Amino acid sequence: MAMAIRSLLIFLCIQSIAVPTFSLYEDQAGLMDWHQKYIGKVKHAVFQTQKTGRKRVLVSTEENVIASLDLRHGEIFWRHVLGTDDAIDGIDIAMGKYLITLSSEGSILRAWNLPDGQMWWESFLQGPSDSKSFLFVPTSSKADEDNTILVFGKGSLHAVSSIHGDIVWKVDFPDESFEVQEVIQHHDSNIIYVVGFVGSSQFDVYQINAKNGELLKHDSAAFDGGFSGEVSLVSKAKLVVLDAARSTLLTISFQKGEISFQKTYISDLVKGFSGMAMILPSKLTGLFAVKTITATTFISMSSEGQLEVVDKINHATVISDALSFSEDRQAFALVQHGDSDIHLNVKQNHDWSSDLLKERIKLNQQRGFVHRVFMNNYVRTDKSHGFRALIVMEDHSLLLLQQGEIVWSREDGLASVIGVTTSELPVEKEGVSVAKVEQNLFEWLKEHMLKVKGALMLASAEDLAAIKGMGLRSSEKSKMTRDHNGFRKLLIVLTKSGKLFALHTGDGRIVWSLLLNSLRQSEACENPTGINVYPWQVPHHHAMDENPSVLVVGRCKPSSDALGIFSFVDTYTGKELKSFGLDHSIAQVIQLPFTDSTEQHLHLLIDTSGQAHLYPRTPEAVAIFQLEFSNIYWYSVEADNGVIKGHGLKSNCDGEVANNYCFGSREVWSIVFPLETEKIITAITRKSNEVVHTQAKVVADQDVMYKYISKNLLFVATVSPKASGDIGSATPEESHLVVYVVDTVTGRILHRMNHHGSQGPVHAVFSENWIVYHHFSLRAHRYEMTVIEIYDQSRADNKDVWKIVLGKHNLTSPMSSYSRPGVTTKSQSYYFTQSVKAISVTSTAKGITSKHLLIGTIGDQVLAMDKRFFDPRRSLNPTQSEKEEGILPLTDSLPIIPQSYVTHALKVEGLRGIVTVPAKLESATLVFTHGVDLFFTRLAPSRTYDSLTEDFSYALLLITIVALLVAIFVTWVLSEKKDLSDKWR
Amino acid sequence: MDKGKAVMGSGRRWAVDFTDNSTTPSSRDIPDPPGFYRASQEQDDSAVTKQKKDAEANWKSQKAWEVAQAPFKNLLMMGFMMWMAGNTVHLFSIGITFSALWQPIGALQGVGKVFEPYKDSKVDLLAPKLVFIALNLGGLALGIWKLNTLGLLPTHVSDWVSSLPPAKEVEYSGGGMPLR
Repeated sequence: MAMAIRSLLIFLCIQSIAVPTFSLYEDQAGLMDWHQKYIGKVKHAVFQTQKTGRKRVLVSTEENVIASLDLRHGEIFWRHVLGTDDAIDGIDIAMGKYLITLSSEGSILRAWNLPDGQMWWESFLQGPSDSKSFLFVPTSSKADEDNTILVFGKGSLHAVSSIHGDIVWKVDFPDESFEVQEVIQHHDSNIIYVVGFVGSSQFDVYQINAKNGELLKHDSAAFDGGFSGEVSLVSKAKLVVLDAARSTLLTISFQKGEISFQKTYISDLVKGFSGMAMILPSKLTGLFAVKTITATTFISMSSEGQLEVVDKINHATVISDALSFSEDRQAFALVQHGDSDIHLNVKQNHDWSSDLLKERIKLNQQRGFVHRVFMNNYVRTDKSHGFRALIVMEDHSLLLLQQGEIVWSREDGLASVIGVTTSELPVEKEGVSVAKVEQNLFEWLKEHMLKVKGALMLASAEDLAAIKGMGLRSSEKSKMTRDHNGFRKLLIVLTKSGKLFALHTGDGRIVWSLLLNSLRQSEACENPTGINVYPWQVPHHHAMDENPSVLVVGRCKPSSDALGIFSFVDTYTGKELKSFGLDHSIAQVIQLPFTDSTEQHLHLLIDTSGQAHLYPRTPEAVAIFQLEFSNIYWYSVEADNGVIKGHGLKSNCDGEVANNYCFGSREVWSIVFPLETEKIITAITRKSNEVVHTQAKVVADQDVMYKYISKNLLFVATVSPKASGDIGSATPEESHLVVYVVDTVTGRILHRMNHHGSQGPVHAVFSENWIVYHHFSLRAHRYEMTVIEIYDQSRADNKDVWKIVLGKHNLTSPMSSYSRPGVTTKSQSYYFTQSVKAISVTSTAKGITSKHLLIGTIGDQVLAMDKRFFDPRRSLNPTQSEKEEGILPLTDSLPIIPQSYVTHALKVEGLRGIVTVPAKLESATLVFTHGVDLFFTRLAPSRTYDSLTEDFSYALLLITIVALLVAIFVTWVLSEKKDLSDKWR
Repeated sequence: MDKGKAVMGSGRRWAVDFTDNSTTPSSRDIPDPPGFYRASQEQDDSAVTKQKKDAEANWKSQKAWEVAQAPFKNLLMMGFMMWMAGNTVHLFSIGITFSALWQPIGALQGVGKVFEPYKDSKVDLLAPKLVFIALNLGGLALGIWKLNTLGLLPTHVSDWVSSLPPAKEVEYSGGGMPLR
């Protein structure tokens, strides 16, 4: 056995002396990988349908994406992902050919060319203070006229030319706390009205000359009751706002040079009103909507300012902005919910009783409530007006409704993934119908004959295309059953909207999706958010008749002390098994390495007060837990206080009702970092499910080093507080980066290293006995990557072969952190040219295959780098035996080999995380990368040494064998004949 | 073959001496060719058979020694081949090493068979057998030594500990930054 491994190792060494990259041929792209483009939850949408040509809708989203979508199919024409801190405040179309976007809290204004999405101009707006911001593009009758764009941002009003983005004029308001609510410009008028609040109780109106930005007039009036934010501009001179108590409607008239308030109690208008009201943001004339707890009330205002209730709707309702579709006719869309369908009504502004359009649309799957609706009109062939509506659902999906049907839908919730886990597919059983995806023999033969042709270079271009096409839609990879190699799995993905998706690893299709009811608004939970998804039950013994399930953990409010929510979902059927609210908060979820008899994983939840709660709540789980009770610890990293604390468990909770599943904590150790010199920025540990094959590392001349493999290690990086900002904010002298490796059971610091003149952000990965982290060196003005390897000194004297052969060694005896094993560390740093968004490492089923680091670069690609580049034993001139071991000569910077981008030509926009999952085949690892886009691929870090490649032609092999057999037979017959004729001679 | 060798020993290709000097064996320096029966009237039958048997035994023991020493040449050749193959693992060196291991093992298995033809009550085959075995063992040792230089023998600690799983940990600790 050992010999076999040895020879395998040697073989691998020899094989890997060549440059260790894996790359694809052009025709292999898309065979093992898939890529999906998303945009995120749409915030604003503008339609571009006036001109003939391709109709499109321009959207901006909460993922800071601006995109142009095909109105017919919902595909992306073009898309730009702005930076994470460049949130979009508003979009509009100017001059019929530019898309104007305002972003970064009103400080960046950009114009994009509509057809191809190229940026036309960009201007930076400065102002005295941070403020609310918005974009106002005056409508103009002539498209080519240079109209100025009005932008309020950073506390001042800017007029920007829409042709080249120059700032025409800028107005700073005298009162710095002035918050602009609305900018009003009438057609063919040179006066701009700017209305807003100062503080909470003063209302101000400024009149500004539209040509030069001159302040013409300033009126202000105070109102004792105060204002509460939302404003609805009902007519050109009248605003409606709620008072601070949110129980009185105030109508403010301001145009005639004086400001007058008119109070109306909501309880006078709406019977049985109590509590708080909210004005729904909309831009309708003569009408506004007030939302109370029980209903949405539509109130119209006459020209005299008389308020009148026109309708009251008890369902959840969303309204769109007004759309003027012909001369003086304005309409808006109103969406209400029925039981399983939604009702879309298009009404005219001044005529509530009749509907321009009334449609009922059936939703075939649960998408929750409608969150936003955008409306657009078109002219039918009979010159009547038709309407289409773009609706944004609670699960962040985007739907286009037209003529009572869903024309297309996009699952844009997948742009904001917050948790990923995997689940096995069902085992192939008798009776499970997989036959329909399997081809018949003829097809199989044809396919293989084509492959043979390809292999023998006889294939024409058409055949080559057919071969490639076959690979792409190979039915084998998208089957709904487990495969021998473990390539087919389900990726269970939790999104920000609280929707759970199951994606098939073969082709990335959505197998099922579920909007979790427990993560939706309810009376018990006002604003629930999902935290993560964990594997809960993974049946091995009963794989045939039990389904695996996942646990979705959430909390009621975004704050950390909110009560937790549990939800269990069957991963085969996509049905919620059960869900319940917890009676405690969730600060941490610890997956314990134990399972009960039904193969449910034991989880320990730590609440904010430091109590531990055990799940599942069964006596059996407690019994299992009690066995290991004294050996279970937990730790908390409090970055704000600069403290890391280790805790042990006590048998019962403090000050709570007796509960068998709740355990108290006792503090075991703590590490306190002085706040004035060190600030914790990163803390990572090993993946709890990582498999390590061996503890020994064979070095040159058959020597052995013993890795210090412990799951209870924590890597912590701290920087000086001055250097915690952006790169460049601190000088090299005042910045330093200190890294620690801490044992989380005893609190012992195994390793400490100070990088002078370095600063964060630190991205790190911890695997086996090594850590690789990425940081910035201010002295070298370059990014660096540093590796730390930890070796066990207490086992280092196991050098006698005979003792080991006879089993007289301490290598397999259980290891305790309290034995204080001696460790040595080795470390080395290299320059790296790219900044990094995420680092991960490949993981395989048995941990034999060598590791590759997966680096999510700033360019939103994933770069695979062999771990051998990060080997602290690299030296300038490695000896012969070191070379044989595979040590590369030391270079000061790490090479970036273009072929080793696993994302090849694709980009995973807005990359956030890289998840690696082992396949059953030892050489292969599955990589799932998520950001705004999703990308999945399969890697073989040491190449596929344990299987034939997928394009291996079995037909060619068969044909060769058959041909050889035939040849043998023919030559045998011939030789027999010759022998016979020889004998007759 | 035996004939040729016997004659070649004296440097000639072959020769037949027709002079009958059978009665004076001291005058000739070559043994009788096999199949030549000296039908001398002076010698009685028993003497003839005895002599014949003696000659056969003599010959057999000689042959046995030759066979016993045969692996030595093999050994030299193997050594040369191994030196040629070098110390890196590839097809050629592995092939040579395994043939160097296989040959002695095969030979040792067939010790009895190799010496079968030379079995005789008068011939002592023990010594040739021992020499044969020793030489083959030498060959085997050479093969093993070669295997070792190729690094294919588990003689190092590293060969034994690589298959040992990592030690289990007594304690378990989890946690991290509070979930956000």
